[in-house]
Amino acid sequence: MKCLNRLLALFVLAALPVVASAEVSLLNVSYDVSRDFYKDFNPKFVAAWKARTGESIEIKQSHAGSTKQVRAVADGLAGDVVTMNQAADIQFLADKGFVAADWKGKFKDGAAPFTSTIVFIVRKGNPKQIRDWPDLVKSGIQVILPHPKNTGNGRYSYLAAYGWALHQPGATDKSAQGFVSAVLRNAPLFAAGGRDATTTFMQRRIGDVLLTFESEAELIAREFGHGEFEVVYPSESVLAEFPVAVVDKVVDKKGTRKQAQAYLEYLWSQEGQETAARNYIRPRDPAVLKAHAAQFPAIKTFTVDEVFGGWSKAIATHFKDGGILDQLYSLK
Amino acid sequence: MSRTQHNVLPGFRLSLGYAVTYLSLLVLIPLGALIAKSMSLTAGEFWQIATGERALAAYRVTFGAALLAAVVNAVFGFIVAWVLVRYPFPGKRFVDALVDLPFALPTAVAGITLATLYAGTGWIGRFLEPLGVKVAFTPLGIVVALIFIGLPFVVRTLQPVIEDFEPEVEEAAATLGASRMQTLVRVLLPQLLPAWLTGFALAFARSVGEYGSVIFIAGNMPMVSEITPLLIVSKLEQYDLPGATVLAVVMLVISFVLLLAINLLQWFAATRHSGRAAVEPAITLPRTAEVAV
Repeated sequence: MKCLNRLLALFVLAALPVVASAEVSLLNVSYDVSRDFYKDFNPKFVAAWKARTGESIEIKQSHAGSTKQVRAVADGLAGDVVTMNQAADIQFLADKGFVAADWKGKFKDGAAPFTSTIVFIVRKGNPKQIRDWPDLVKSGIQVILPHPKNTGNGRYSYLAAYGWALHQPGATDKSAQGFVSAVLRNAPLFAAGGRDATTTFMQRRIGDVLLTFESEAELIAREFGHGEFEVVYPSESVLAEFPVAVVDKVVDKKGTRKQAQAYLEYLWSQEGQETAARNYIRPRDPAVLKAHAAQFPAIKTFTVDEVFGGWSKAIATHFKDGGILDQLYSLK
Repeated sequence: MSRTQHNVLPGFRLSLGYAVTYLSLLVLIPLGALIAKSMSLTAGEFWQIATGERALAAYRVTFGAALLAAVVNAVFGFIVAWVLVRYPFPGKRFVDALVDLPFALPTAVAGITLATLYAGTGWIGRFLEPLGVKVAFTPLGIVVALIFIGLPFVVRTLQPVIEDFEPEVEEAAATLGASRMQTLVRVLLPQLLPAWLTGFALAFARSVGEYGSVIFIAGNMPMVSEITPLLIVSKLEQYDLPGATVLAVVMLVISFVLLLAINLLQWFAATRHSGRAAVEPAITLPRTAEVAV
């Protein structure tokens, strides 16, 4: 009995510092596949913040589909910061007054600390000789991509194909649409999400080429081994910018603005950028990018802002019901 | 009802009040909010969204696949229930427990597993593909997923009814000269029909709203293998909440009408059976039986 009491006391003592240390906590509301990165990054920020201010801080994470996540914040999920994979999701919160209207100017690089791009994954040895976008529309080629209307990953794939076609000599919107329509015609299915597309391609061995984020390639290697596939960099692709923002309404209420601001700023620090590079997300810092050059081959990219006039406009023109994407299906 | 009339059981008002409040909080208020939100559109907009080309195709896929799956489940679920009740065999309890698994398994897991099994490289798909049967990423895949999730509903509604069958009824039929087929079709099935329809309706209703498992096996091609819940999610991805509620309301109305029809059928089957049993014997006696008597 005495022994038990002592044991209990020990537990209570052990638990005390944990309880006491959680003076301040931040909730980072994020999209699905950023889990691995923030698992690495958060402890680094916690240590740096402690060293700088002496204050203990706890970072909590929430992950789900990005559009679902911003809707949850708008419905009252008390996220201090949002870290998303497309600007439209943060713009949605800005329109609702949760995030500053000029959120893109609050941090460097249009408030996107890192980027990725859409690449091709092909089977080992590239048996179908897929080198660039035109190879995707050849007859007999099967293209696997996540749902181009409903998923961030799929939308970027669509925009990458469209933008490339638009940059060809003598191209018009009409010719670009014809090209994208031909790509979609070669898709035997639309996967439910990025990971589902990967499973369909790698495990079920359906299709000849998978369109996905560069950062997914490394995860595929971890899961299936490097011997199973090759990464092909097309001549040009879309620059996927992963934007972040402080949720004003929440930090003002909780009094955590200072910490939230510092947390996001730390993403641009040497350590934050290094962590991103290790997770195969392209860092903005040129020095860090150079240090990992072998991992990130140079690729010509265009941004959604440059070619499509920003995400909100891209959604209104391309992804809305009855928009260009819907018309392209019916061209089938 | 007059005020003086008293129920034999105490606590009528309390329990009724509780039931009404509970149902309102859990069912009526959310459904009311759904309908209210869809009313934020004009009738013209509502109609346009509800009857769009893709929406119509999606209703066909959703309700068609759900009906087909419910029919398959009604037939094979009956056989499973029959075997589980009537025949003793080793491992019966284990098989009985298996039936509930589709209830408990997260639907996304079911969908991913089925897609992998039925893909051209999968354990089952590799035998079907050479025969020209493609299941994964076709509308047939949707039916397979819905059969999986709907099975327990039919089995679990039929089981207790079959258990309650008195052996004497069948023995009587046999002594009166009915063949085993006649006993099954004219004595047992009529008693089973109401529960059967209930199981069918439950399996159907569950299938209509299914999203998690279907999405991974359907292939999600517009106009071909796109279910209505996917269109709803698609609308949400465009931040179009009212548009999403329109499709939800349409599904709700169609489901309600269909379930009402099934319930009426069930009521009809129940009254017809009991009424007839009172007036005439369930089976017409063959002549030989009369001679024997």
